[in-house]
Amino acid sequence: MKLYEFQGKLLFEKYSIPVNKGIVVDNPDAALEASKQLGNNVVIKAQVLVGGRGKAGGIKIARSPENARKYAQEILSMKIKSIPVKKILVSQAADISNEYYIGLTIDRSLKKIVLIASPAGGVDIEELAVENPEKIYTLPINPLSGIDGKKVSAFLSPVFNKQNLLDQAVQTVVNMFKLFIENDLSLVEINPYARTISDKLIALDSKIIIDDNGLFKHPDIGALKNPEEYSPDELKAREYGLSFVNMEGTIGCIVNGAGLAMATMDIIKLFGGSPANFLDVGGSSSPEKVIHAFEIITNNKNVKAILINIFGGLTRCDDIAIGILKAREVLSVKIPLVIRLIGTNEEEGRRILKEAGLTAFEDLASAVKEVVK
Amino acid sequence: MSILIDKETKVLVQGITGHDGSFHTASMLKYGTRIVGGVTPGKKGQKIHNVPVFNTVKEAISETGANCTIIFVPARFSTNAIREAADAGLPLIVCITEGIPVIEMVENYIYVKERGANLIGPNCPGIISSGKCKVGIMPGRIHKKGTIGVISRSGTLTYEIVYNLTLQGLGQSTCIGIGGDPIVGTGFVDLLEMFERDNQTEGVVLIGEIGGEEEEEAAEYIQKNMKKPVVAFISGRTAPAGKRMGHAGAIISGGKGTAEAKIKAFKEALVPVVDKPDEIPRLLNSMLEK
Repeated sequence: MKLYEFQGKLLFEKYSIPVNKGIVVDNPDAALEASKQLGNNVVIKAQVLVGGRGKAGGIKIARSPENARKYAQEILSMKIKSIPVKKILVSQAADISNEYYIGLTIDRSLKKIVLIASPAGGVDIEELAVENPEKIYTLPINPLSGIDGKKVSAFLSPVFNKQNLLDQAVQTVVNMFKLFIENDLSLVEINPYARTISDKLIALDSKIIIDDNGLFKHPDIGALKNPEEYSPDELKAREYGLSFVNMEGTIGCIVNGAGLAMATMDIIKLFGGSPANFLDVGGSSSPEKVIHAFEIITNNKNVKAILINIFGGLTRCDDIAIGILKAREVLSVKIPLVIRLIGTNEEEGRRILKEAGLTAFEDLASAVKEVVK
Repeated sequence: MSILIDKETKVLVQGITGHDGSFHTASMLKYGTRIVGGVTPGKKGQKIHNVPVFNTVKEAISETGANCTIIFVPARFSTNAIREAADAGLPLIVCITEGIPVIEMVENYIYVKERGANLIGPNCPGIISSGKCKVGIMPGRIHKKGTIGVISRSGTLTYEIVYNLTLQGLGQSTCIGIGGDPIVGTGFVDLLEMFERDNQTEGVVLIGEIGGEEEEEAAEYIQKNMKKPVVAFISGRTAPAGKRMGHAGAIISGGKGTAEAKIKAFKEALVPVVDKPDEIPRLLNSMLEK
């Protein structure tokens, strides 16, 4: 789950990571008030979970409260990458002499936590990795042994060239590591990590992603929900316990297992069709899940046909067959269904379908050929 | 032979009294697996499908001589279960559980490695050495004894591919699902090395998916170190970037982990990549004949 900048900054403050003061608002008048409180120049920033808000015009500097109201109005009526802006962060503008980058993430290849730092902050780290890889420093950390301030200091010394700056940066990294571990993060980034003209280092932005698998330990964060990360259909699917991702094609897919669901989409494309979605009904089988899957898929008006591909292991083919028949009845599905059913209880599943006048393919390629026709 | 497990493997089931643990214990016993004990704290003295239950892994080992464990406990207790098994000295730990926090897995990976154990999973279907032993949740009847090793990040897609192999007369030595999480224990490279050494295995099928760079590392390993033929399949060619495709690990992020990059890496390493699962048997057969 991604956090908004203002939510991330609240966590930063909790962990004594210096940030520039800010107030979250959702209307232009409140922006004006916030600007008065914060004084002088403020930055108005759209709160969205997608990147590239600066380029889209979602960040503006206001030099008076009236100005703040005007920009707030503009930004609150914007859409960034088709997502309407509902909240803005009004924060104190800082006089900056330099911008750094620091972040922590999990390195899948090294199987360690990795600290990343760069003297060239302010730009997207992925762009930087392509254009100036020599400006990115990385330090793998074994979470079982924890973080060692001395090692961090030695590691950061080429990035922060004054002792005063280095000391501040080490403290921030140590705090950030604590934040990372204690909240099951998979990413925390401070970019820009800014040096003010009075040599203070502060977080001007925050980017935090929390590992979904760890959310059960942090009900307070889980409760934030931040729905904008998902489409309404994706949110509905989550409630039903289905893994679902919207795509742009015309063939609805209901599959058991994530790997098989991806492969099914790929094969549809291979035969000239285009998948309308990724949908994994999961390992356990229940007819209700199939009905929910149909409900979400038929909600998409682009869908011209549905392919059901089940390789029963834990999932029982008879449960799936019952679910298909019920869904047809309850939702009065009019578009063509192509079914591929194999594995646990397949004979029973086929019998149930046959009695209702439906047939099921045994092999995947034939089923896909049929559905793209 | 086969790799990791065979007829002699003595298996414990951690979480044997739970719904999944009990169900799959029955299924593994039916396949012929020597399940010698179960572990659920506080349930000592019970029997599940005639298998004795113990309070701790250590106790179960000293009573039964077990040398492998399969873990079905819920995600929030899995880290303890994995570490208990590693501390007790079990050389092979298979964790089926889905949903273990990633940071815990980073720690568990290091913890288990320091104690010299092989961890398979989590979030995986387990291991099967066809006709000998099943330590997992896959349907046994689609598997047939033979000479092909199978390594995969997924569950049902592996069934699909094994089914095609069996249908075309290509039996399997051992099939391993390494798990769909970002951090799993034993990976592609370790298992390729085991298959290369195994005298029952003549060829290998590697089933990868989007996310991470383990397929790329496998491609490099195969080119440098393997004589046996390997065929690869990669799922997720149509997956959009930034979206988690069911498996926690199946996500293209920061331009990394795309299907194209993986397919390219295999092709450069002269490892053929097929477009559809049903193309694997014929290709493998023609490579084995050479």
